[in-house]
Amino acid sequence: MSAAPRPLYQRPLDFRRGRVELAHGAGGRATAQLVEELFLAAFDNEWLRTQNDAAALPRPAGRVVMATDSHVVSPLFFPGGDIGSLSVHGTINDVAMAGGRPLYLAAGFVLEEGFPLADLRRIVQSMAAAASAAGVPIVTGDTKVVEQGKGDGVYITTTGVGVVPEGIVLDGAAAREGDAIFVSGTIGDHGVAIMSRRENLEFDTAILSDSAALHGLVAALLAACPRMRVLRDPTRGGLATTLNEIARQSGVGMVLEERAIPVKPAVAAACEFLGLDPLYVANEGKLVAIAPADAADAVLATLRGHPQGRDAALIGHVTRDPDHFVQMTTALGGRRVVDWLTGDQLPRIC
Amino acid sequence: MCLAVPARIVSLEADEQAVIDVGGIRKRVSVALVEGVAPGDYVIVHVGYALARLDPQAAAETLAAMAAAGLEPGALA
Amino acid sequence: MKYVDEFRDRELGRGLAAAIAREAVASRRYHFMEFCGGHTHAISRYGVTDLLPPNVRMIHGPGCPVCVLPIGRIDLAIELALERGVILCSYGDTLRVPASNGRSLLRAKAEGGDVRMVYSAADALRIARENPAREVVFLAIGFETTTPPTALVIREAHAMGVANFSVLCNHVLTPAAIVNILQSPEVRTLGTVPLDGFVGPAHVSSIIGTQPYEFFAEEFRKPVVIAGFEPLDVMQAILMLVRQVNEGRAEVENQFHRVVDRGGNQKAQALVAEVFELRREFEWRGLGSVPYSALAIRPAFAAHDAERRFGLAYRAVPDNKACECGAILRGLKRPVDCRLFGGACTPETPMGSCMVSSEGACAAHYSYGRFRDRPAARDAAEVA
Repeated sequence: MSAAPRPLYQRPLDFRRGRVELAHGAGGRATAQLVEELFLAAFDNEWLRTQNDAAALPRPAGRVVMATDSHVVSPLFFPGGDIGSLSVHGTINDVAMAGGRPLYLAAGFVLEEGFPLADLRRIVQSMAAAASAAGVPIVTGDTKVVEQGKGDGVYITTTGVGVVPEGIVLDGAAAREGDAIFVSGTIGDHGVAIMSRRENLEFDTAILSDSAALHGLVAALLAACPRMRVLRDPTRGGLATTLNEIARQSGVGMVLEERAIPVKPAVAAACEFLGLDPLYVANEGKLVAIAPADAADAVLATLRGHPQGRDAALIGHVTRDPDHFVQMTTALGGRRVVDWLTGDQLPRIC
Repeated sequence: MCLAVPARIVSLEADEQAVIDVGGIRKRVSVALVEGVAPGDYVIVHVGYALARLDPQAAAETLAAMAAAGLEPGALA
Repeated sequence: MKYVDEFRDRELGRGLAAAIAREAVASRRYHFMEFCGGHTHAISRYGVTDLLPPNVRMIHGPGCPVCVLPIGRIDLAIELALERGVILCSYGDTLRVPASNGRSLLRAKAEGGDVRMVYSAADALRIARENPAREVVFLAIGFETTTPPTALVIREAHAMGVANFSVLCNHVLTPAAIVNILQSPEVRTLGTVPLDGFVGPAHVSSIIGTQPYEFFAEEFRKPVVIAGFEPLDVMQAILMLVRQVNEGRAEVENQFHRVVDRGGNQKAQALVAEVFELRREFEWRGLGSVPYSALAIRPAFAAHDAERRFGLAYRAVPDNKACECGAILRGLKRPVDCRLFGGACTPETPMGSCMVSSEGACAAHYSYGRFRDRPAARDAAEVA
């Protein structure tokens, strides 16, 4: 009978009071312990259990899409989510917007020396929960540690791969004159939730970040409308930026109806307070869909029939426009351009 | 300029502060620049300070005048 | 939002548009200046121009304190942050304004300056109390609306003995600027800019009341209608101005009487008078030097006056020679008349005061209205 192997670590990690140390990123015993007791414990799957640096994956059938995102959000914890769940949802959505069914995720962490292990564990467990709920495992990853003062607690980079069903071609350059423009729900929720926790701006609100994985919604949409032209999630820069990007890529213009764009009253109020325009505020659980006009009814019905699309709306149409303007009929009935975002939207006094 | 928003006073607090509500958003602001405001009153809030009271009666009159102007020639109350 | 949404109603807008079209005499042109950047912003953001008849034109005035803040004053703030090691607190609006040497307050922050955005003057005072070992300077800007909060925190700092807190004061006055425009030779004598009346500022007036405008109406024979900031308020004010012009009246009328009255906020006025005094003159970007148009901190509160505390010396910095802001602010030219507009000068790369904040005439036009600049044939979009 052989004796049990000597444990590699003297003591388990102190998740209550412990902090990230430079040794955790050095590649030695401390790194191994962090990986094992934190990451592997949370993400646990067949690939991570091999404890290899790379995951060997079966070749998927179909066109592969890959997307990557770095996450530097501050504050790390906000109403409705944290940097962990955000990083999982964000990359899953990027893959989904290309029409891909997400299959695997990779996660890289840059940790700041001194960051509390309790917070790190909370973030990692949140990632595990998000990945599990989405059915997309985190199969490989990396950890580095930087000196105190050189990082913002934690930065996370996630990369995702997925496979696109046959016949589906989604492209930002595919919008055509006459196409219908949809948004899957209320805009501005995420940005307002973040801002409500930013220093010097605190206000009390029940607004939660809308951070969510949308691949299920996308699958339903593509089944209902295989001729879908464009899908994109309006993250940084908000709905306005996403629409301007698509207009430019496709060489078209757009006309929107302000009254059709869904905004939660509390989000509208917060934006009013701070002098922000909801059109430019980030979303993390919404998508823009552009489809041929004759499929509009089917698209809207599919969106509204899905739990993540209950507040979906038809907000405008694609037009012919050599200047690629995105125009809008305002609530008042006048007209304005919905321009690209200039710099960062900062709260105003004027 | 002078981005300011009408807000409802929810409660008065110590040190000339108040909790206000705008469309469901709550915030603490100063009421040091206004006098005699009470919960339920509406004030105009700018950069964290209430500057003036909003008169609901006058607001209703203004809206009525706008509606009337649209109906008959020369009908501006 | 109560008292906001009702004043953006499309049906009421249609009715007011019809009324203006009915009452504006077809054979004459009406030119009204909306002094305040908030009105410029509302007009552009909601497309009020589309609801006005072609013979009623709005001219965008200089009422944007960020726009008229001289580069040289921002340089002082940057100097404090980068060379004097202060914690520089500023409203968000001012952070991106480009100053000398390709710097802005945001860039100064990137270079290591401790620049912090605050929503309220009270936040700046709090930062000072939390950092007793550091000097904290609040970059105060704004018209009469924003001045009382600054007065309050200076008085509080004085009473509480917060020695490390001071204010770099750039508060400016509305009536002085309006007079400056009305007295510019083009308007007064030559009549090249037919200014038929003013839409007066909403929240400034909640502080100063409507009484200070009675002077213009009398002296310059121009009607003034104080208007709220919602688009319907602006439209109703335009209707009232059209009527005044038609009837040959030049009075001060108050459209925003749900908030504004003749006397204004006496408590706030008294507080401002206690803490501030008039500067003999002050430079307004785009307008040049304007007499008795700005405030300085009184000697009694000198300890909290950043200019005195740090011995700051102001150096004027001229704008690009091709910049037409001076003419645009006075209604002599439109944004598209400026060579730099849309090319070298955009909201991302502002070269003059009219572009630096979203309320400036050029920024508002660029961001919301430049589709109007192209010939009608190109504008193929059909709007319901």
